[in-house]
Amino acid sequence: MSDNNNNAPLLRLEHIGKEFYGNRVLSDISFDIRAGEIIGLVGENGAGKSTLLNILFGMPVISSTGGHEGVMFIDGRKVNFTSPNQALAHGIGMVHQEFSLIPGFTATENILLNREVLNGSTMSYVFSDRVSTLDRQAMNERARAAINTLGVNISPYMTVSEMPVGYKQFIEIAREIDRKNTRLLFLDEPTAVLTETEAEILLIALNKLARSGIAIVFISHRLSEVKELCSRVIILRDGRLITDQKAEELTTRQIASLMVGRESERREVPQEIPEAPVEPDNVNYTLSPSPKKKKKKIKPALKVDHLWVDMPGETVRDVSFEVKKGEIFGIGGLAGHGKLGIPNGIMGLYPAGGSVRLSGRKLTLNKPRAALGRKMAFVSEDRRGVGLLLDEPLDWNITFTAMQTQGRFLIGIPYIFQIRNEHAMRKEAKKFIDQLEIRCTGPHQKAGELSGGNQQKVCLAKAFVLRPDVLLICEPTRGIDVGAKTLVLDTLRNYNKENGTTIIITSSELEELRSVCDRVAIVDEGRIAGILPASSPAEEFGMLMMGEKMRVALAATE
Amino acid sequence: MIRKLFDIIAGNAVPAVFIIISAFAIPLSGYSASYLIQELLTRIGRNSFLILSLLIPIMAGMGLNFGMVLGAMAGQIGLLFICDWGIVGIPGMLLACLIGTPIAIVLGIFCGAVMNRAKGREMVTSYILGFFINGVYQMTVLYLMGWIIPITNPALLLSRGYGVRNAVSLLGIRGILDNLIPAIITGTQGAGQFFSVQGGNAFVMIQLPFLEGSIRIPLATLIVIALFCVFIVWFRKTKLGQDMRAIGQNQAVADSAGIPVNRTRIIAIVISTVLACYGQIIYLQNMGTLNTYNSHDQAGMFSIAALLIGGASVSRASIANVFVGVILFHLMFIVAPMAGKNLIGEAQIGEYFRVFVSYGIIAIALVLHAWKRNREREAARRSLRGNKGGE
Repeated sequence: MSDNNNNAPLLRLEHIGKEFYGNRVLSDISFDIRAGEIIGLVGENGAGKSTLLNILFGMPVISSTGGHEGVMFIDGRKVNFTSPNQALAHGIGMVHQEFSLIPGFTATENILLNREVLNGSTMSYVFSDRVSTLDRQAMNERARAAINTLGVNISPYMTVSEMPVGYKQFIEIAREIDRKNTRLLFLDEPTAVLTETEAEILLIALNKLARSGIAIVFISHRLSEVKELCSRVIILRDGRLITDQKAEELTTRQIASLMVGRESERREVPQEIPEAPVEPDNVNYTLSPSPKKKKKKIKPALKVDHLWVDMPGETVRDVSFEVKKGEIFGIGGLAGHGKLGIPNGIMGLYPAGGSVRLSGRKLTLNKPRAALGRKMAFVSEDRRGVGLLLDEPLDWNITFTAMQTQGRFLIGIPYIFQIRNEHAMRKEAKKFIDQLEIRCTGPHQKAGELSGGNQQKVCLAKAFVLRPDVLLICEPTRGIDVGAKTLVLDTLRNYNKENGTTIIITSSELEELRSVCDRVAIVDEGRIAGILPASSPAEEFGMLMMGEKMRVALAATE
Repeated sequence: MIRKLFDIIAGNAVPAVFIIISAFAIPLSGYSASYLIQELLTRIGRNSFLILSLLIPIMAGMGLNFGMVLGAMAGQIGLLFICDWGIVGIPGMLLACLIGTPIAIVLGIFCGAVMNRAKGREMVTSYILGFFINGVYQMTVLYLMGWIIPITNPALLLSRGYGVRNAVSLLGIRGILDNLIPAIITGTQGAGQFFSVQGGNAFVMIQLPFLEGSIRIPLATLIVIALFCVFIVWFRKTKLGQDMRAIGQNQAVADSAGIPVNRTRIIAIVISTVLACYGQIIYLQNMGTLNTYNSHDQAGMFSIAALLIGGASVSRASIANVFVGVILFHLMFIVAPMAGKNLIGEAQIGEYFRVFVSYGIIAIALVLHAWKRNREREAARRSLRGNKGGE
């Protein structure tokens, strides 16, 4: 594509790094992209993919936090983008994960959004181009040309809101292609919303595009697609470039294990904590083909069947699993795949359907009160929004839910006249402040004044006060420091041991789940990809997260 | 299928209800066809322009522009000046427009800038802004005019020497546009009557033998309104119109495509405000008197009510909605008092109906809008989940 300088790669990154407020998220990333190449970029959440993209596109979030390290070259010339428009001007296009299409517009209008073909008119000399009328015919032709490049058959007159999801993805890509100078195209999880056939058509289309000289960076968690499509695979982990290799040299299994890292040497870690009060057969509950498997004697504490939850950004499509009494059950998976939706849906915070049985009895969904009434407690991932009353003192926070749903910490005649029992509230709060080592000036301090870790402990205390049978916890260690992390996890483990409470932990940190839980379910695209005992090797989990089907994972263990 | 049918009915429920009410009220009122048509034509000429000025902000996703009263005030200030200077006829009207335009532009820019800071709450913001600017207008008219702003005509001023009277006669431009091109539809016996009254010749005369009485048509006004419609149709086809549609549907996407969102929104409001200024001038030339402190008050409310009755929603309105709305809304105003009187001997029920209906219809439209948006959001969420998984 570059006529003058054929040897220079289209894009070269040298030692790109980035710190956010002293927190290193990306270090020493160097690689080249050549015209017509298709590169797979893979990495877990927090591996630094989005930061890298933000740097490449000159997003304001980078410059407003002190810029980045390292240099970028396009066609051998040094560039430094300070706004996305500059990146666009250099022919870098991006197709985002969320559709940025206007629903009421036709395919044509969307593809040519703000690049409409205009009829010349005298008015435009007096005012500006904006008073010229649109040349619909020329626009439709251009849109059709862009769609044809992709090798699909979509009418340019079709309204986007009436299109199946797959079409929308094609329209997004067509929009980038129509930009005459696009030479490098970033696709962020383009197949996530597609059906299998649609995904295949897309892969073919991308191949066709690459042959026309456009370089493509394909970001996906579906490793088989990455392997099928890409010539090179770049793996990021913890902000570092782990490998940059030809795709054929890697198996999907290798990619998964490189991504998750922490090879087999950590396999023993979970076995150091065998204290969970579970019967042996619980451990291999779902996967074990063991012939010795006994008939289940106890009813499951929680049985979820075909649950769906409409939680924005964390859609749960069809999830079924069982949790044994007294078990610590982990739910893991990549962000946005629905793991947070499961506990939120069970607790009734988002519209949900399907069936949830608590000790055999059906639970009313969509009513948080019903879930709380059945002795379930919930620690939200949104600590400051849902979890705490930030402007209220600790004793209020800790006893609030128990007061509201169980009528405790009240004096007087129920339904007629009741007042708060301040003394009991304070006593209870003090008990937990000591027990959980909450650092505060006393039960009267406002919850908003505590640090993240201590706030999380308050959230736990609030749940413990309810004396739950089943405790659901989302992201227990998100945004808290390492010391507090251990303390929170130990607290959960001890609470489980002492009270036999069933605990369900949802977390993005796989290691954390593996160290605390008995079994871990991995959620992928709103469905359970598989449930493994926590002692399984990390790469097994990695495979499940990457959308490799159960069978593959099983075959690998044998 | 049933859902589709339901959607069609729900989408047009408001006009349907009004058609039904009118169908009962017209025979009850006992008015003749020619009287009704005459009244309707007058009111179409009087109000359509004001209502049409609402269309462009709706297209840009800014909802119903309650801020159009700002334009109305600008128009009234223009009218006050020409009254003072004694300029009559078409030149007077044009001069009033000329004076009102810069004021409307400035007010429109101000209104648009405020609305850009209150995205998603444009309607309530513009409504309250209307009250605020009303205060400024009253101060200008009540204290500054005749004191700092020279107004010399004693017929305009309060007896204390400054401040404008509550009622200002617009005799100089009364009906000047309506009667610019005299046009008439007559029945056989009505023609002579008309000529004797007017003492002139009709430029256009249509004879319909079955008609009783005669109908005067405000032809020039209707032509101006038709031109305005052509303008809107053309405007929709321009790049600016396309940008406004894009912004109206999704600001974030429009912004990321490089469309200057805030600027375009301000342009939409400025156009609307300026057109409302002209609309108010046309309205007042028909009425013939200016209620200095009240005329603009109800301009916004009644225009919005009429548009909504025409089947428009907060996010969607067409030229057809304007005319259906004007006809249905005013038809009801004309017949309701008489029908009320004939039915229960109480003419006031019509006036009661007017207020009740305008506010009620706006409230219903807002609730419907919120309900529809919720439903769309839910559908969007469901579609994310895909068709697999239960429902």
